[in-house]
Amino acid sequence: MTDIFGQLARIVGERFVSNNPEEIFFYARDPGLMPAHKPDYVVVPKTAEEIQQIVRLAGKERIPLVPMGAGMSLTGLVIPLKGGIVIDMKRMNGIIEVNEKARYVIVEGGTSQGALKAYLEKHYPRLRHSIPDSPATATVASNTMIHGQGRLSQQYGFNSDMVSGLEVVLPSGEICRIGSCALSPYWFSKGAPLPDLTGLFLGWFGATGIITKIALKLYPRKKMRDVEIFVTDRDDLVSDMVYEITHTEMVEDITIFAQPMPMIFKDNHHITLFITGDTEEELEFKRKMVWSCLDRFIKSKDGGFMSVPPVMKPTLLDMPQRSVSRFADVKKGGGFEYSGPIIPVETYPECARKVMDLASTYDLGYSAMARIIGRSHCMMFGFAFTFNRADEDMMERTRKALEEVSTFAIELGGVFWKPTIDEQRLALEKMDPVTRDLMKMIKGNLDPRSIMNPGNWEVA
Amino acid sequence: MYTLNFNENICKTCPNGDCLVKCQYMNFNKDQAIHEMIAIAEGKDSPVLRDCVTCYACEEYCRRGNHPFYLITERREEKGILTAPRAITRQWINIGEPRGKYRRGKIKDKLLSLGFMPELLNLVQGKLFEDVLPSFVFGQEFFCNVVYIHFADTSIIKERLPQVLENFRKLAVKEVVCLHDECFGAFSSLAPAYGMEVPFKPIHYFEYLYGRLQDLAKEIQPLHIKAAYQRPCSSRLSSHTHHFVRDILDLIGVELVDRTYQDENALCCGDILGMNYGYELRHDVQTRNIDDMVEHGAEYCVFNCSACQNVLSAKVAKRGIKPIHLIDLCRMAIGEKPSMEVS
Repeated sequence: MTDIFGQLARIVGERFVSNNPEEIFFYARDPGLMPAHKPDYVVVPKTAEEIQQIVRLAGKERIPLVPMGAGMSLTGLVIPLKGGIVIDMKRMNGIIEVNEKARYVIVEGGTSQGALKAYLEKHYPRLRHSIPDSPATATVASNTMIHGQGRLSQQYGFNSDMVSGLEVVLPSGEICRIGSCALSPYWFSKGAPLPDLTGLFLGWFGATGIITKIALKLYPRKKMRDVEIFVTDRDDLVSDMVYEITHTEMVEDITIFAQPMPMIFKDNHHITLFITGDTEEELEFKRKMVWSCLDRFIKSKDGGFMSVPPVMKPTLLDMPQRSVSRFADVKKGGGFEYSGPIIPVETYPECARKVMDLASTYDLGYSAMARIIGRSHCMMFGFAFTFNRADEDMMERTRKALEEVSTFAIELGGVFWKPTIDEQRLALEKMDPVTRDLMKMIKGNLDPRSIMNPGNWEVA
Repeated sequence: MYTLNFNENICKTCPNGDCLVKCQYMNFNKDQAIHEMIAIAEGKDSPVLRDCVTCYACEEYCRRGNHPFYLITERREEKGILTAPRAITRQWINIGEPRGKYRRGKIKDKLLSLGFMPELLNLVQGKLFEDVLPSFVFGQEFFCNVVYIHFADTSIIKERLPQVLENFRKLAVKEVVCLHDECFGAFSSLAPAYGMEVPFKPIHYFEYLYGRLQDLAKEIQPLHIKAAYQRPCSSRLSSHTHHFVRDILDLIGVELVDRTYQDENALCCGDILGMNYGYELRHDVQTRNIDDMVEHGAEYCVFNCSACQNVLSAKVAKRGIKPIHLIDLCRMAIGEKPSMEVS
């Protein structure tokens, strides 16, 4: 019998491998609703070379491997469905290089969003990255792996669109560089003008390799930020409003929310607009452009800018927004999960009505929330429900509501974002068979032993 | 059902049409003004019903107590002419809905009414209020609801204000010191105009402050500063209290700069204008107002309404003028630290 524990301990050191029940318990689950499944071991490597050795060991022994960032996806993407080894990346948290003039940063595969934000604020105050609204412990690599969105997604697309290079440990144990860094000391491009190979890894949830380094594009950080909220009772006009706002190209970020509590937000849809500037004049010019573009809706009384008191602004301007955590405890017991399909903005009214219907049907607390991606190219629409973890019945009702969301979203033309295993199956069923075969071919060739995060993106 | 006490004959014999002639947002001469008000009273259409920006000032301009603004509001509602986007109106109505979460202190014959303005909770501290506190109320149950005249919705006022009055009646208080003009206007102007009985004597906090400062006269250290006063829309409902601003500032050694947009000519803070009518009107009014403060050498901008303060504080500060609430200014004059940092 092979001594897996001993071999892992020799690779990473005894302190950084565990099969203790209390740690196995923790790594068997995430904060969402997916059923737990225990790993056999947890390792916390420090270097890419250690990961290479772990991957080679797992390949030889045909042991499943699940790379894990902060485990914040809520949809069970790092729950070890077939046991095996969870590779916790948190010790690989270095910031390797910032190229200020070319505006990119290279970080290790376990570097957190919060660490990068703090580092840039301290050392490069004129640079920023697209911060998602997940907790600050979420990692840069895992966020791009799920095609996350952040504060700059309205301007520059998915956070994964902002990747400018990868270093990946392949299922074979080899280290592979993707993008300009494959032949240049500079990490300025993930593909162009070469073939873009990042697609072999991004969106695969670790089923094709483990990211050990990632380069991310950085963007100008303006000195000032402000927020405005446009309110409407016409869900059918939201996409028109967003179209007008995005046409101005004046805003940093656009999010939309509708929720019944607190009372100030009841009955309406809120388009939150963030503007930035280096001077008061720049900020005011952008404010004027944005307000003016919605003038026709104000005149028709279909919407208006609400008064945002100073006391409300810090919460809205916070990055990431902590209000999500507060929402999670509305029903007490700290339960929160959402399904967030990527979907055209024009489907906003159907999505908003659906989340309210489901909340009513299943007697749940809800929030409809959306983030615009690109210049209204699409949105992430979050069907978010809050539940009490001590209330099994409420959790079951939440599961049922989310199952309905899955079917609804895909029928409406949406594509699941960070899909659960069940949603991945639904997506594969719906997918063009040739596309599905191509995915199978990629997975089969890269990971012939099916050891990498098995269960995810498995084409039968 | 409560009906507005409005006498059309008063308009017919009006010597000057001041209600509309003095309006800073519409242009009418005397004859047009009288004609339009009579038309409105008779239920006819009028450009006033579409163009009035709800600054409330005509309630002050009419020296014959005929409530032109309440009438305009009534008629707009009857004709379904919206002043605000529906969502904004709904938002404000939701905010004011009683939720059973009001706060009350140890109630005495006299109490402080904080309405439903959370900012006031921090303001009422120190010696100025020690003879009335801890007798206070705060919350939707004691919120006058007058703000809905901005939204041409008197129905909600007629529905809620009687209940608010009943809530006060249950407290068996004799005097209510209103810390916001709108509440004072509700009890001293609007409720009587609609025939609602007010079961206590409303006292404007200006009057209360003036009295307290006289009591504390020995402790006053004149501030020797120049200030502009930002007069709120709701002070137009009780213009007879406006003189107290000057009286109070004189007592504490604050010179009110002699600027264009003060007293009758005061300009709105712009918040409602922005919500209801968009950027241009708000920007124009705010720019003229703040330019006027700067040009006349104001060092401080003194606020009476917390909503005005929320809207204009940052803007005046960026122009080098320190924003401060009148209560904080009075507290500074008696050697106390203001509740908000003055920067």
